[in-house]
Amino acid sequence: MTRIAVVDYGAGNLVSIEQALSAAGAEVVLARGPASFEGADALVVPGVGAAGPAMARLRRRALEAPILAWISDDRPFLGICLGLQLLFEGSDEDGAVTLGALPGRTVRIADAPRLPHIGWNQVERRRAHPLFDGIAADADFYFVHSYAAVPGPGAEGLILAETAHGGRFASAIARGSLVGVQFHPERSGRDGLRLLANFVGLAAAGSPAESAATGGSRVPARAR
Amino acid sequence: MLRVRVIPCLDVANGRVVKGTRFVDLTDEGDPPELAERYAEEGADEIVFLDIDAAPDGRSTLLEVVERTARRAFVPLTVGGGVRTVTEMRDVLRAGADKVSFNTAAVRDPDLVRRCARRFGSQAVVVAIDARRRGGPGDAAAGWEVVVKGGREATGIDALTWAELAVAAGAGELLVTSIDRDGTGAGYDTPLLRAVSDRVHVPVIASGGASGPDDFVAAVRDGGASAVLAASIFHRRRYSIGDVKAVMAAAGIPVRIPAGAPA
Repeated sequence: MTRIAVVDYGAGNLVSIEQALSAAGAEVVLARGPASFEGADALVVPGVGAAGPAMARLRRRALEAPILAWISDDRPFLGICLGLQLLFEGSDEDGAVTLGALPGRTVRIADAPRLPHIGWNQVERRRAHPLFDGIAADADFYFVHSYAAVPGPGAEGLILAETAHGGRFASAIARGSLVGVQFHPERSGRDGLRLLANFVGLAAAGSPAESAATGGSRVPARAR
Repeated sequence: MLRVRVIPCLDVANGRVVKGTRFVDLTDEGDPPELAERYAEEGADEIVFLDIDAAPDGRSTLLEVVERTARRAFVPLTVGGGVRTVTEMRDVLRAGADKVSFNTAAVRDPDLVRRCARRFGSQAVVVAIDARRRGGPGDAAAGWEVVVKGGREATGIDALTWAELAVAAGAGELLVTSIDRDGTGAGYDTPLLRAVSDRVHVPVIASGGASGPDDFVAAVRDGGASAVLAASIFHRRRYSIGDVKAVMAAAGIPVRIPAGAPA
């Protein structure tokens, strides 16, 4: 059974994500410390709220370095909402210095008619990716946020999908075995459940979803 | 493009969905998670639970209901009623809610909004404003007053001033209920909605007075609402979520029609 560690750092509800991953056939472990990463096939970092307090809690639980090591080993990883934003270098929301696994910053959505951006919106894909297998091109997903990550110069290739709310922002990113979504698949009905099931499938396969050329170092999948 | 949300509201007491008029003559309408799941399948964009019980000893029942719902209905869940502290909000979120709605507690202690927004983010904090026309139900010119305790107690506070203050304190969304229209079926108070949505930059949820799909259209087109909430027209099955969305879509309002949802 595919084992998924969901990082529990006190940033939002984990009931739905745990339930959705379990429904997709995964064994879910809530990881409150790095020891829980042991034996996991994939890591999920969820979260809502502000970046600063979230980073403080990750550091207090000694989770920052193990998460970065996991990503640099190109092991299956999913960041959701704040869990996507934290991958970048910093956030304009409160000036927080974030994980810095990816080049770029989190900024306030430009030209938005209203903020927070709350509700269902389209996720326009720039390229095919197995994360979206079986999901209609015009499917809506649920968003709740005011800030979004902007990949740095030369890193625009990270962008898997975009969404418009006034300005456009990256609503899904991918590099090697890492994926991140700004929306909440665990709150996005059947399409969201399908996306999480697709991620569980990628984690089970244990190998990068895309060619290693687009990503960082590639290590062999662990023997199970 | 961002869709306009259609939100069924479920009144919950003692762990059951109830319906009645103004908190009296309550009848048992079923299990909250079951109804929430049914609405989600029909295409509800979000579910609101209003804990009309809100007695201190009813909290554990509510938390259990929230958790069972979060395990069955994979759409956003907002819980209102009786949350008075940061710790209580934490417990409701931990049980599986995405947002908590504050009404009387926020009017009494606006700093509660600020504390909760700082801890959990503005996107999780909804301020519910119950408003009544000062000049009587037919007069929008005299403005609106905030009322609390389910409309039983007037505060003297101007509703538009309170809307601005609540957003400044950190509310990420306002749920605006017309007490004049609530339960009457006379349609949403669109001048109220327009006045609030012109004053603030956060989404405004319309509530109170819906009797048919045309009212939803008016709340958005004339009132500027980002989302529209209703209770009895869905519970009594006069209209399905799909019926309402079909009329909204025909009026040119962007709504989400999920694949496979019953019309």
